Amino acid sequence: MVLVLNDFSQAFSKAFQLIFHLDPALLEIIGLSLRVSMTAVLIASIIGLPLGAALALYKFYGRGLVVALLNAFMGLPPVVVGLVVYLMLSRSGPFGVLGLLFTPTAMIIAQVCLITPIIAALTRQTILDANVEYYEQLRALGAKASRMMKTLLWETRFSLLTGVFAGFGRAIAEVGAVLIVGGNINHATRVMTTAIALETRKGDIELALALGIILIAISLIVTSIVMSARHAAYQHHN
Amino acid sequence: MRRIYITLLFLISIGAANANEETFITLSSTTSTDNSGLLEYLIPKFKNKTGINVRVIAVGTGRALQLGERGDADAVLVHHKTSEERFVENGFGIERRDVMYNDYVIVGPRKDPANIQDTRHAAQAFKLISKNRVPFISRGDDSGTHKKELELWSLASVDAQQYSGEWYREAGAGMGATLNIANGMDAYALTDRGTWLSFKNRDELALLFENDPPLFNQYGIILVNPERHEHIKYTEAKQFSDWLISNEGQQAIAEFTLKGQQLFFPNAQREIATFETE
Repeated sequence: MVLVLNDFSQAFSKAFQLIFHLDPALLEIIGLSLRVSMTAVLIASIIGLPLGAALALYKFYGRGLVVALLNAFMGLPPVVVGLVVYLMLSRSGPFGVLGLLFTPTAMIIAQVCLITPIIAALTRQTILDANVEYYEQLRALGAKASRMMKTLLWETRFSLLTGVFAGFGRAIAEVGAVLIVGGNINHATRVMTTAIALETRKGDIELALALGIILIAISLIVTSIVMSARHAAYQHHN
Repeated sequence: MRRIYITLLFLISIGAANANEETFITLSSTTSTDNSGLLEYLIPKFKNKTGINVRVIAVGTGRALQLGERGDADAVLVHHKTSEERFVENGFGIERRDVMYNDYVIVGPRKDPANIQDTRHAAQAFKLISKNRVPFISRGDDSGTHKKELELWSLASVDAQQYSGEWYREAGAGMGATLNIANGMDAYALTDRGTWLSFKNRDELALLFENDPPLFNQYGIILVNPERHEHIKYTEAKQFSDWLISNEGQQAIAEFTLKGQQLFFPNAQREIATFETE
């Protein structure tokens, strides 16, 4: 136990050292992590928010199946997603001509696949709950489903952020998929999680743990910024 | 809503603009060359000379060759001659060249429960480990190191597979991860010297056996066959291969040290290489 505590305190001091020296290699890796995961969250939201809302409001044949699939895909194994995206983007695969493998774009694509189901499924639930509340009101005004979708998405925007966060959390913490499609190339596709995996493999537990602490801190900072923005907007709204 | 879309387009355009225009080749190689720092030492020298950057995908030899086969790498730098020659025979690669060699060592618990320290031959050491049923962690991942280890078992006439799950444990992991497991289980493992020297999480793990010819390990570079994949950067990859076997490249390999020890020993056969222009 004492040994473990010792490991952690060393890792913490290492983490502080890295941050205060603004290690350029570290900044590059953090920058890429944020760029990849934030872009993935944005794209996944553009697809997932309307998709989730539509699944809540439109009735169509096979909807139950789509919803079941969506819920199941929330738990997609990252390594499997990575492999499938790899096979698609590989030079021998259908999209090989695009030359996207081992680029940040490939990593964004893999993460979009991972988090779109999460955002869509959570959006569907939020809209479903809200619909119960607003249904009579909107119906009385003679609103069409498309109009209702827009209104409900806007009215529940603060709750929907939770789903978007869940997506961001999964994207920034994920290692299996980005390792396969990104290749963990130094100065090109190395992100926080793949760097942590690499240092663990090299047996540099202290550095790996320090990077882990920094990753958690970054997630915390991003979350608090958006949370406080949301809080301010919410106050303003009411 | 419009503002959201504008922000989004902005962010995506940043992503696109960041796809820089530098000339580079993709080299699939093994963890031993990358984790030891050798490639990080060599590539800037090559880049200085030619302006070509080398992007390294560090995986096991089996996977590295597969990346070449699928056209996802322009060149392959690996260490298992038999697989490399098969790769060329099958038409996936061309112009295989010897570049350098390094060596493997056997590590294990400092107390050396199988008593391999006093043996003279690697095969004998393996025999002792199996006889004493001391845990041995195998890479188990089709890497060059794994293939080497299997060769050593067959040299020792031990069918280790048969004891899989007992004292013989197949990790299915990279070299560092395998050493981490060996450390945790007080087990033996076969590792390349470079990974061992740079490996930090040793605790009670110690180097117990070294310097036996069967432990030597040849590295070769192969260019991926441009006739199979038209996007392959053959000319640039060829420049890298040429540089590795040039006086300058070979000297740089010899100069690279880790903790004061030379890890890789250049042994390119240049007189053959110069004729391989066709």
